[in-house]
Amino acid sequence: MLALKRHKEILVRFQSLLALLLMVVIFSVCAEGFFTKDNFWLVLRQVSVNTCLSVGMTLVILTGGIDLSVGSILALSGAIMAGLFKNGLDLPIFSLFIGFSLFGAVLAGLMTGSFLGFFNGVMITRFKIPPFVATLAMLTIARGLTELWTGGAAITGLGKTFGTLGTGWFLGIPVQVWTCAAIVVIAVILLKKTRFGRYVYAVGGNERAATLSGLNVKRIKLLVYTLAGTLSAVGGLIVTSKLNSATPTAGDGYELDSIAAVVIGGTSLSGGKGSVLGTILGALIIGVLNSGLIILRVPPFWQKVIKGFVILLAVTIDKLNSKEQ
Amino acid sequence: MAQPKTNNIILKANNISKTFAGIKALDGVDLEIYQGQVNAIVGENGAGKSTLMKVLTGVHREYDGQIILDGHHIAFAGPKEAQNNGIAIIHQELNLIPYLSVAENVFLGREFVNRLGLIDTRKTVAETKTLLKKLDFDINPRIQVSRLRIGQQQIVEIAHALSLEARIVIMDEPTSAISEHEIKILFELIRSLKAQGVTIVYITHKLDELFQIADSVTVLRDGKLVGSRSIEDLTHDDIVRMMVGRDVKDFFVKADVAQSEEILSARDMCLTHPRRRDDYVVDHVSFNIKAGEVLGLFGLMGAGRTELLETLFGLHPKESSGELFLDGRPVEVNSPVNAIKSGIGFITEDRKHEGLVLQMSVASSISLASLERTERFGFLNTGLENRLAQNYVERLKIKTPSVQQVVENLSGGNQQKVIIAKWLATNPRILLLDEPTRGIDINAKNEIYRLISELARAGLAILLVSSELPEIMAIADRIIVLSEGKKTAEFPRSQATEELIMKAAIPKSFQFQHSSNS
Repeated sequence: MLALKRHKEILVRFQSLLALLLMVVIFSVCAEGFFTKDNFWLVLRQVSVNTCLSVGMTLVILTGGIDLSVGSILALSGAIMAGLFKNGLDLPIFSLFIGFSLFGAVLAGLMTGSFLGFFNGVMITRFKIPPFVATLAMLTIARGLTELWTGGAAITGLGKTFGTLGTGWFLGIPVQVWTCAAIVVIAVILLKKTRFGRYVYAVGGNERAATLSGLNVKRIKLLVYTLAGTLSAVGGLIVTSKLNSATPTAGDGYELDSIAAVVIGGTSLSGGKGSVLGTILGALIIGVLNSGLIILRVPPFWQKVIKGFVILLAVTIDKLNSKEQ
Repeated sequence: MAQPKTNNIILKANNISKTFAGIKALDGVDLEIYQGQVNAIVGENGAGKSTLMKVLTGVHREYDGQIILDGHHIAFAGPKEAQNNGIAIIHQELNLIPYLSVAENVFLGREFVNRLGLIDTRKTVAETKTLLKKLDFDINPRIQVSRLRIGQQQIVEIAHALSLEARIVIMDEPTSAISEHEIKILFELIRSLKAQGVTIVYITHKLDELFQIADSVTVLRDGKLVGSRSIEDLTHDDIVRMMVGRDVKDFFVKADVAQSEEILSARDMCLTHPRRRDDYVVDHVSFNIKAGEVLGLFGLMGAGRTELLETLFGLHPKESSGELFLDGRPVEVNSPVNAIKSGIGFITEDRKHEGLVLQMSVASSISLASLERTERFGFLNTGLENRLAQNYVERLKIKTPSVQQVVENLSGGNQQKVIIAKWLATNPRILLLDEPTRGIDINAKNEIYRLISELARAGLAILLVSSELPEIMAIADRIIVLSEGKKTAEFPRSQATEELIMKAAIPKSFQFQHSSNS
């Protein structure tokens, strides 16, 4: 009996991993061309953007919040990078023109993401606007700013160097996978090995107890939203360099995919419980599902329906397991 | 001991017992409720009043004993069934939906519908009007409940109870949140309900009220029935004696400490009322605590005990005033961060909602307020953290399989020790303890008392809030009493008696002229 129980615990603990492996096996058997080296890298490259956003989303959701603005922040940051790099900044009022190096443009884009995330955080902590509403507003604001900045058209022709970040390889592994892996490693260390990470769990688990234990809850939340904005900008960097252009519609709807990854990964939407590694598995499950369904030539509309049901299934299994314990 | 004068017992409880996690909340209580009377039930916090009412209204379905309504043995499957049998309860915290109208609230869940299946607002309003008229309460049924004062909302709840054709209306501390004027209106209303044959069960700890409206008084203490008498046979002092009289044997008693220099001194601590700006929840309270001393703070519900601790801990920086001195030097505490830096620790009353992050491990819970101590080169050192936690687990005898155990799985007493460990890890000089033994069993209680005593001996200054008289008399060196936000008495332990403390604790602002008593 005890052995059985122990087995069950292991099963529950690794359920996301098992689900992922199961899907890989099924698609490898059913879908010709799924289990190839090319497709392996393709899936990882496609997942990398969602991974960036989802890591930030995990932090936000662990504090008991939500960030709907990640897709729009991705678009604006990418557009800022592309625009500054290609056209520089022309300020006729001051009769001033500033040219940007690749590094300067990317830095400016990342800072844009950080600032917008910080702005979200200020609205939520200082003005007590619910995260759902504050970031919903930012979703619209950042999208509008992107359209203003690009004039509604894509910024193209960014040159070869810029493209390396999105399409290049380093030591046999795509550059964006390196970027992504670095972010994941840093996030795991941050959450498990620093005070800040511990506080993120405490704030989401019981905000009142966290406050009474002397934690600066506002500062922790502010930092979390700022990080989420910054990671969205990293996603913007990857998307822009992969396409070698910044489009005003980039990242549209990405917030939903990243929330899905977090939820499938077993992080509780009420906060305090979950992990980055779970989220990575969630993002991979979505990536593998996308790839497999495309190879199987499932019509795109059906793909969406199936994806929705997978989310429901994952959360239902999670709920049943936690109820038993 | 004369029986209450009337005759007709409408509701009877025989030998009711109810146990929570091994603690007896009710122990063989008998209760007789007389028809058309105001049956008062009094007792200290934790005497079992609320639990008994929950049994009578079907909230607690598992209990020992019998309930007899109208001569028939009954067992309610839930609150709804109690309602259907004519028993309604009006809780201290009202159960109204703020953004619906008075009429919509009164008929919530039982809306009148017209032939089209839509809500018949006209009828709802008309019916509500009739009900309110019966209560002599002149208010537009279409007005939103959130715009009413608490006292008015209470009357809406009573109207709701009457609309259910309740024959027995239980009121749980109905005067705790309303003004004197509203109390007068409420009492008129209770008298008129009585005249209409409605039975009232009235729970309170404001004894002066009893002589105004009660016909009989039942006193509970420690989950047991002390006695039940007609009000004419009782004096104010009789009731106080019934509420407190008990054995103090088997109780841990703190040893006297050689007292030293003063650590904390508070002058004129005030906290304004959240709604009534000109009123105080904590009203110019001053005290001091010396090293090694346990200062007991006693007060009944609503006396401002918790609020005083929260003010000291910097949780109400904008609404509070007063001066705080640490070691004779003035300090400003305007946030918990600040309080902890000044060496103050706060062990809250509500372990689950305020004290612990339940899904965290024992080790993480202990280190939460002093996490910088487990840091090495900017990173958490788990080994160090576990060792620190292990240290406290041994020192405080926390029963847990390992420091990795999730605190949610620990017993109440051990959870409390984890919280104490969390604060000891911050190296405090002053500990504020709010009802540290609430809801834990007697053995764990004694362990907590011993621990408090040891901490005091180690030189900490301890401010202990308790609503249990024997507890406070056993472990406090000195006792101050709060009533309605004001400090009403201060005794050294040698001079404190339960009756003196209780007398000082019972609210005085609400005094009717009753010639015969007090």
